[in-house]
Amino acid sequence: MMGFQIVVLWSDVLIWLLVAAGLGVGVLIAKTPPLLAAWRRVGANRVGMASATVLLVFVLIGLLDSLHYRAQLESKAGQKAVYAIEVLSVLDALAAPLRSRNEKTYSAPFATRLYAKETIDLPGQGAVRDYPRLKHGGKHLGEREDEVAEDAAFTAFKAGVLSFVAWLGVFAAVATVNRKKSPKMKLREAAFAWDAVLLTLLLILLIAVPLFWLSGHYHVFGTDKVGQDVLYQILKSVRTGLIIGLVTTLVMLPMAVLLGIVAGYFRGWVDDLIQYLYTVLNSIPGVLLIAAAVLMMQVVIDTHPEWFSTAAERADLRLLALCFILGITSWTGLCRLLRGETLKLRELEYIQAAQAFGVSSWRIIVRHILPNLMHIVIIALVMDFSGLVLAEAVLSYVGIGVDPTMTSFGTMINNARMELGREPVVWWSLVAAFAAMFILVLAANLFADAVRDAFDPRAA
Amino acid sequence: MLKVENLRLGFTADKKILAAVDGISFAIEKGETFALLGESGCGKSATAQGIMRLLPAAGRILEGRVGLDGEPLLSLSEADMRAYRGGRMAMIFQEPATSLNPVLTVGRQIGEVLERHLGLSGAAATERMVDLLRQVGIADPERRLTEYPFQLSGGMKQRVMIAIALAGEPELLIADEPTTALDVTVQAQILDLLAKIQVDRGMGMLLITHDLGVVARMAHRIGVMYAGELVEVASREEFFTQPHHPYTQALFEALPEISRRGLKLTTIPGQVPSLAAMPSACRFADRCAHVMPVCREVSPPWREVADGHTVRCHWQGEAVTDDGTRHAVTELDIDPGKPFLQVDELKVHFPIRKGFLQRTVGHVRAVDGVALAIFAGRTLALVGESGCGKTTVGKALLQLIKPTAGSVKLGGSELVGLKGRRLRDARRHMQMIFQDPFASLNPRLRVGEIIAEGMGALGVETDAAARATAVAALLEQVGLASEAIARYPHEFSGGQRQRIAIARALAVQPELLICDEPTSALDVSVQAQILNLLKKLQAELGVAYLFITHNFAVVEYLAHDVAVMYLGRIVEQGRAEEVLRSPRHPYTQALLSAVPAPHLDGHAEVIRLPGETPSPANPPSGCHFHPRCPQAMDVCRLNYPAVTGVSGTHSVSCHLIG
Repeated sequence: MMGFQIVVLWSDVLIWLLVAAGLGVGVLIAKTPPLLAAWRRVGANRVGMASATVLLVFVLIGLLDSLHYRAQLESKAGQKAVYAIEVLSVLDALAAPLRSRNEKTYSAPFATRLYAKETIDLPGQGAVRDYPRLKHGGKHLGEREDEVAEDAAFTAFKAGVLSFVAWLGVFAAVATVNRKKSPKMKLREAAFAWDAVLLTLLLILLIAVPLFWLSGHYHVFGTDKVGQDVLYQILKSVRTGLIIGLVTTLVMLPMAVLLGIVAGYFRGWVDDLIQYLYTVLNSIPGVLLIAAAVLMMQVVIDTHPEWFSTAAERADLRLLALCFILGITSWTGLCRLLRGETLKLRELEYIQAAQAFGVSSWRIIVRHILPNLMHIVIIALVMDFSGLVLAEAVLSYVGIGVDPTMTSFGTMINNARMELGREPVVWWSLVAAFAAMFILVLAANLFADAVRDAFDPRAA
Repeated sequence: MLKVENLRLGFTADKKILAAVDGISFAIEKGETFALLGESGCGKSATAQGIMRLLPAAGRILEGRVGLDGEPLLSLSEADMRAYRGGRMAMIFQEPATSLNPVLTVGRQIGEVLERHLGLSGAAATERMVDLLRQVGIADPERRLTEYPFQLSGGMKQRVMIAIALAGEPELLIADEPTTALDVTVQAQILDLLAKIQVDRGMGMLLITHDLGVVARMAHRIGVMYAGELVEVASREEFFTQPHHPYTQALFEALPEISRRGLKLTTIPGQVPSLAAMPSACRFADRCAHVMPVCREVSPPWREVADGHTVRCHWQGEAVTDDGTRHAVTELDIDPGKPFLQVDELKVHFPIRKGFLQRTVGHVRAVDGVALAIFAGRTLALVGESGCGKTTVGKALLQLIKPTAGSVKLGGSELVGLKGRRLRDARRHMQMIFQDPFASLNPRLRVGEIIAEGMGALGVETDAAARATAVAALLEQVGLASEAIARYPHEFSGGQRQRIAIARALAVQPELLICDEPTSALDVSVQAQILNLLKKLQAELGVAYLFITHNFAVVEYLAHDVAVMYLGRIVEQGRAEEVLRSPRHPYTQALLSAVPAPHLDGHAEVIRLPGETPSPANPPSGCHFHPRCPQAMDVCRLNYPAVTGVSGTHSVSCHLIG
């Protein structure tokens, strides 16, 4: 048994705090009947629950990737334990084969050979220019390289059957529990959209299990320039994407909501000041502002190497700093939107009725204005989420995004971009990153829609 | 000319089709006005849209035939239909402000129709447009053609709308509540115009309205709609002398008017059934005073009671029986005593800011020196057309808008300039009920929370349990079930929402309620319920009302005192009997005469006022009313008339008096 040392990165702290806050809110909701009723409506929404299932898978991957440790290096007994310089996560440990089986450079999905010809020295034939055999991809096939399709299909089928059996188990369990709770009701008619969840689960299992099974023998999404498995990169990117999306939103949201409502509600000089602030901020080119901030931060990081014991810590701090900078520069849009809506709301008669009762301004804002703005906030959040993941890609392109050692959808797209111009094209990095981002953002969008609908009392 | 047979229209909702209009048939002759009368949600507008084939996306024409001179409209292709729309039939909409495109000039919008239907363009079209604008009574038409809708007043916009409708030389004009959004004096102008044009051109007209006064003024024949069905069709004389259907009779009886002062109004219990839960037999059965067992089993057939007068009702009874449901509710002559609220020289001016530095270049004098006195337990009606500043007065009394000058004394203590705690204490004594029950309740709070809000904020009741009991008692007082506490406002109808708003205001036990047009967004039958409730509350609690309204029927029915406002100033005030019976100011006289009365003989001598209310940013010199006054003299252009007392309680600001 190898020892290990737990490493707590700042972003891990934030993520687990968010999880704790989520659980706390959950408990609070369970104790407040109207909120519980609203969330029950979310639970009854099939599309919402299907997308929640997908989101949950992404979040699980992100959470697994947020438990970091340093493995103990082999040392003689009696010596002080020495730990590896590399910070790994639980996800890395689970996906160790993916992480470690690197090729030399590009290889296409399910390939057994590299994507480019090289000069190989063959015994007896001298130097030959050919596609070299991969070190890991399809190794088990040996000489039978042309049987990839059959082998992959057969393996996928095996895995598919197995996952279907597993799913039947889950289905039976859910059905039994449901039967016990309400004997007459069919699963389809249950208050919670179990059918959608189970169907999505089946779909996820049918895709994911064969994929991971196959990834033991092949590079299912190919490899990148330095021979790293693209599937592994995708898994690692999920956490970066979630952090950029969530933490940035957390930074920007209070600012946008507070300033927007205050400007719209109080008008006068407060409004002038806030408008002036965001107009000025908006008129500075965003990338320039971010670049300046990131570069300054980089200088600070580079001049204080003693702050970080590992490269991962440095990359992590840089990621968080990027989130803050993105947050500080991206609140203006939502703020402007909320200010306009508040201007409209404050003239409504129920606000005036509250004023006639002498309800204090803050109470009016919290009780009357904020709940009626929530739909805009939720929509803006989800739109921003995808926008932020993309912004990260753009910034990585300019070289001011996340740390180069950190995998993200942005860096993946950025690296893939270079290869789109070559012939034959290296398409798999881009397609894989695109597909993963698409699923993540679509699921977030649909889920946000369901939440918004459920919390709108008029539609309930 | 227009023949509608068994028309059924439905709306798709959740894969089901709900019939909004269920088998109605009627015909309109050339030169005839057929009025479709009914409360909101009974399918009047859907019928008009169905005839024009302009139903919204969810709307479906289920069956039936619509023929214009024998031409079946429903089977025409969409391309052919376009030749009919705006050509042989045209439509005028309710809201003139939104039915004109704000970025196109008036000329462009009329020209569009001329080009499409008559193939006119260039000079010929301009000539035609000028001619049209002159026909609808717009002065200086050449200049108006190049103007944009925002440069026109509401009445002018409606005139332009009519000109656009007339441009295609239609044989049938569909007018969907054409005057509902307009003031009475302007309404009178537009109704005159429509009647004149119809006679000149011999057009058929389908008039959709909920206003019995407009019907009496305009219609030749009337069809009463209820819950998607026609229930009674009659000629104008028959309709006003011998209405047969219980629903029609109830509509008449629910009208507030002077003869019913002090009496409880007849109301129609319940509300129009929803499309999803339509009774299979007679749709009015659940609300009918004469309901019989057969009404719940068989849908009544058409029955002819006189020539051209048909009714769909099982009940054969005749006259309206007054069965004592309208016992007296209030004492009319309460001793005024000491005024509870005394307003003097109240002024509210809004600065007009312009330019980069937002310098003040002028003031909108929304309220310009108003003096009022409100007595405990009495109702003061503040009457005037839109834009005269009556709502601003109400809000300034509550200090929701800061008055620019003047004083508001509540039982001897000055309210203007109060701040913080002392203002909050003062607000316990006055509360407000707003016009639109759909905008005055926060959609995200439950009814219990809405009503309890004032108690919490003003510290009336701090104990949660006691507060819950108080809320339940309030709900009962306004006639709602206590289970309403846990529900959201959107689950209630307009009338019920207004009850919730009243309960909210009453929660802090105010002595004065400022009611800002509390019934103008409601149907007649619901309006009667709310007026009854207000009267009952006044009798029980002795609250005083400041009733802000433009509806004279309500004033006649409810008010003890009346103040008439014009352009930020009160022109006449006094006891209701004095002001309404013997109005002295020409403006009051014109207003009173312009109200369309729901009788056959209700509009003998109408005093026509030219033009519309000027802008309060730039009021006319001298007497504000002189440009529109039929009796203006030279002195009126120079000085604003002083207040002259006619009797101890009746005073007028006019040079004609004194």
